[in-house]
Amino acid sequence: MFLNTLLLALREIRRNLMRSFLTILGIVIGVAAVVTMVTLGQGATQMVSDQISSLGSNLLMVRPGQRLGPGRDAAGAPNFKKADVEAIRTQIGGLQEVVAVVAASMTLVAGNNNWASTVNGTTNGYLIAGNWKLAAGRAFLDDEERAGKAVCIIGATVRKELFGSRNPLGDEIRVKTFVCQVVGLLAAKGQGAMGMDQDDTVLMPLATVQRRLTGNQDVSSLMIALKDDAGASKSMEPIRLLLRERRKLAENEADNFNLMDTKQIAETLSGTIGTMTALLGAVAAVSLLVGGIGIMNIMLVSVTERTREIGIRLAIGALEQEVLLQFLIEAVMLSCLGGLIGIVLAFVACLGLSSLMHMPFLFNPAINLLAFGFSAAIGVIFGFMPARRAAQLDPIVALRHE
Amino acid sequence: MIREEAAPLIEFCGITKTYGKGQAGFQALRGIDLRISEGDFVAIMGPSGSGKSTALNILGCLDQPSDGEYLFQGLHVEQLDRSQRALLRRHCLGFVFQGFNLLPRTSALENVELPLLYRGGQAAARHVAARDALARVGLAGWESHTPAELSGGQQQRVAIARAIVTHPLVLLADEPTGNLDSQRSHEIMDLLAALNRDQGITILMVTHEPDMAAYARRLIRFVDGLVAEDKTQEVTVCS
Repeated sequence: MFLNTLLLALREIRRNLMRSFLTILGIVIGVAAVVTMVTLGQGATQMVSDQISSLGSNLLMVRPGQRLGPGRDAAGAPNFKKADVEAIRTQIGGLQEVVAVVAASMTLVAGNNNWASTVNGTTNGYLIAGNWKLAAGRAFLDDEERAGKAVCIIGATVRKELFGSRNPLGDEIRVKTFVCQVVGLLAAKGQGAMGMDQDDTVLMPLATVQRRLTGNQDVSSLMIALKDDAGASKSMEPIRLLLRERRKLAENEADNFNLMDTKQIAETLSGTIGTMTALLGAVAAVSLLVGGIGIMNIMLVSVTERTREIGIRLAIGALEQEVLLQFLIEAVMLSCLGGLIGIVLAFVACLGLSSLMHMPFLFNPAINLLAFGFSAAIGVIFGFMPARRAAQLDPIVALRHE
Repeated sequence: MIREEAAPLIEFCGITKTYGKGQAGFQALRGIDLRISEGDFVAIMGPSGSGKSTALNILGCLDQPSDGEYLFQGLHVEQLDRSQRALLRRHCLGFVFQGFNLLPRTSALENVELPLLYRGGQAAARHVAARDALARVGLAGWESHTPAELSGGQQQRVAIARAIVTHPLVLLADEPTGNLDSQRSHEIMDLLAALNRDQGITILMVTHEPDMAAYARRLIRFVDGLVAEDKTQEVTVCS
């Protein structure tokens, strides 16, 4: 009996291709939309947290000026001095590394290629604090740092622009009036949290940049790596007070420097992305609902025709349970087929979109299951319930149904 | 009774049918007694609302009587449940309706096969039986056409083929020519008469056209839910 009924259901689907197609389409769209949106949202969250952790996790960034970002008010805020670095290092506990950085935008020339990038004068501590790894070559030597020798470590983007795929170690780059030798190559990190290219950078010893490029002893920013067990919030306040004192700020004056915890940025960004994911999820839920209503409509609209059909089947001797089983199989098959197509479609779309947006692709079985279950349930319920009502009528009533 | 007659195929004893309840109720059948023997060809006539279709639906187990006894081969149909009545329809009865009631977008062959699907059995055997039934109603070669591609007369032939593919004991026809022109009507009646004559299928037919009733051997006339006339007639039409 089951095989026969399966055959009947299959015939019915084939016979009503348009209706079957529309039913399936409703479920496909519902499932695909929900799964794609939630999966991409999670990929974005993952990407942001990856980028934050590539920044170095227990890190404080100190910059002159009151605000971050474009238009920040750095005019009245003096840079830091080398002595500030020493003061923090000696007076504040729980710190792993205090790194001075002086940045300068420069045009780099190697052979026939030139490239505008940021030169960071710093110490080897920068590699630890910034969570950088060397792909090739070495860090700075002590005497290179002390004497301010003309050596540099370059990022992957700079290497690509100046040397192509050639090994840059030992080659020379001309910056302004001097020539410096490439001693190291940083491992690529990719895009940063704000969308900037972290690999577009050149590191030189602090003294080299101060003497040959900026011409003063100023330090434009500080990176402070905390020991793992030291809480960022605990260290931040003493550092802030120390810097206020050293910068001779009166009690009623605001800070003219900015102290930022990377973990805090990470949390803020993750929170934002989380909100976005929730929003996308809500949009997806609405599309699931709309898809569900679409399925309902298709199913209910065909009830008149199907009631007559059920009447015919009953009149020629079909048992009520045979008719019901047929309609149930039909609804289950259409709903499951639609759900599966939706999941495959979402998988392909997520794969394509996440590679297009350079995001990790995280397959989430729960959301797939949820979307599938919901759509399939709607399809089955609204495919089956009207049929059940019709099959319980007297055959002659079902036949006369207009 | 002196001579023990063979039990009639169908027997109605005091069958009534009331639609609605209480004062507002409408009594469509007000106590029908009827005996129909196997192999008969009965035409049921009567004005609209006389209960002739209601009687046919009860005869065909599509509807249930409100009261009375209905015996089919000695079986008390009024005591059967839904499934048992469905099985009775499946194995013993065939239906032809005024509105044809074929499945839309379905080929003639599949429409005719439909009753066989509920009986199980081999697909090949089903195909042979369905083709044979279509050939018997003169539609060989039209197997793959859907109802929309067939004329009214052809659709009714497909419906007859569907009704006879299971070799039923009784064929019930509710105004089978009601939607057809005169020429097609006579063709359909010739077909029914031939089925009755050659294969011994008992035919119960409701009609309001005297021309069509003339094909039957027995004429029952309904008036106001009661049998007003029941006569055996000479078959005047030769096919």
